[in-house]
Amino acid sequence: MATVVLTRHLHAFFPALAGQELRVDAATVAEVVQAIERLAPGFAFYICDEAGRLRPHVNIFVDQQRVADRTRLSDPVGADTEVFILQALSGG
Amino acid sequence: MTSRVLVGTRKGTFIVEKRDGRWQPRLAGHAGAGSNFVARDPNTGTLWALLGHGHWGAKLSRSTDDGATWHDAPQIKYPPGARYIGTDMPGEDGAEPPSKIRTATLLKLWCIAFGPTGRIYVGTIPGGLFESDDGGEHFELNRPLWNHESRGGDLFAGDGSGQTQWFGTPASESGEFAAGIHSIVVDPSDPNHILVAVSTAGVLETTDGGRSWRSRNKGMTNDYLPDPNAEWGHDPHYVALCPAQPNHLWQQNHCGVFYSNDGAKSWINVSQPEKGVRFGFPVAVDAQDGRTAWLVPAVADMQRTAIDGGLFVARTTDGGQSWQQLRNGLPQQNAFDVVYRHALDASGDTLAFGSTTGNLYISEDRGDHWQTVGNNLPPIYSVRFG
Repeated sequence: MATVVLTRHLHAFFPALAGQELRVDAATVAEVVQAIERLAPGFAFYICDEAGRLRPHVNIFVDQQRVADRTRLSDPVGADTEVFILQALSGG
Repeated sequence: MTSRVLVGTRKGTFIVEKRDGRWQPRLAGHAGAGSNFVARDPNTGTLWALLGHGHWGAKLSRSTDDGATWHDAPQIKYPPGARYIGTDMPGEDGAEPPSKIRTATLLKLWCIAFGPTGRIYVGTIPGGLFESDDGGEHFELNRPLWNHESRGGDLFAGDGSGQTQWFGTPASESGEFAAGIHSIVVDPSDPNHILVAVSTAGVLETTDGGRSWRSRNKGMTNDYLPDPNAEWGHDPHYVALCPAQPNHLWQQNHCGVFYSNDGAKSWINVSQPEKGVRFGFPVAVDAQDGRTAWLVPAVADMQRTAIDGGLFVARTTDGGQSWQQLRNGLPQQNAFDVVYRHALDASGDTLAFGSTTGNLYISEDRGDHWQTVGNNLPPIYSVRFG
């Protein structure tokens, strides 16, 4: 099962995801997002737009590599993969 | 509800209430998030906040306990296959990019309106009108407006005409370069009669509940285009309707102040530049007397600040034939406030407005005297009684 680490910013919107190690069964990054959506309904629309594309100021790292496919999130995920979901350091 | 003001700001939602004879603001939710528009549904009492989270996208939030707690509502999403013709900003090399068909996704929730039958309307960027008949549990894109010939026809079915008359609004608060719907007025005497205003396209009207739409731009001029009388390309900043006299409409436009007393069949330019009345964003109309309206003018349009450093509200009571500058209680030196399109409201004799410099003012005598409610709020996006 992949381990998922979220920026704390997302815990403010989805407190049910805070304070626990997130481990999900998934073969791709898209499936990771879908798995968390099942735990916290509404989560996927924070990460992706309604066309399924990663939002411009959101990033996902798979084992420290930035996700390559921002359109369909098809990057593979293995059993020991760590997935980091974070926001860009932008804004004011 | 005259004793409460809902305020959307760049850093959260505020509620202002009159207690012990004094108007007092407090943060009511969404700390740190952009709150574009906050309003109360008069049919249900639900408070709605249209949020822009930046990183995490636009979100609808609502409160059923008068703002004590807020929760994400079912979210507005463009349906699969929704596309529109857009033009990117010119690139760093200065080349004009070609128009292209884009997949529509929600960039901004801009305004919300409530019809007399309980229907809820939301205006978005890119140019969507969404409607709900079940209290906001589900929203549907109004397809006749989305597929209107002025924006290239039905792009669900094909590639349309390839031409759009709806242009981008790079000046919108978050810089989204696409046309947006910022004004929705529903005729309280006829819920099938609705007007919307689009930056940058113009005013459109339906009289059959949204099944067909026509332009309502006669008399409007746009002095920034080669043809100032073109049917499209207008930049209405805000349109308001008098509930008791729905044939009386007001429009603060990029190119002046326009008034209609024939239900938007024609518009009259009632600007008076010598009184400072020309450029600005908001307009409020009296609920009973359609000839009475208020504006907060600004220096057009290359500065967009208060005129000569003195903030004032302009009021007419005769359909724009004459204007009065109301300055009592407002700063008259070193004021650089500008007031956005949704940040002025009227409720009976009480008016309220807020500026991008975080100042909030209220008058309880139709604008004759103003009191300061806050000086250090975040940049203010919307002010609504409710």
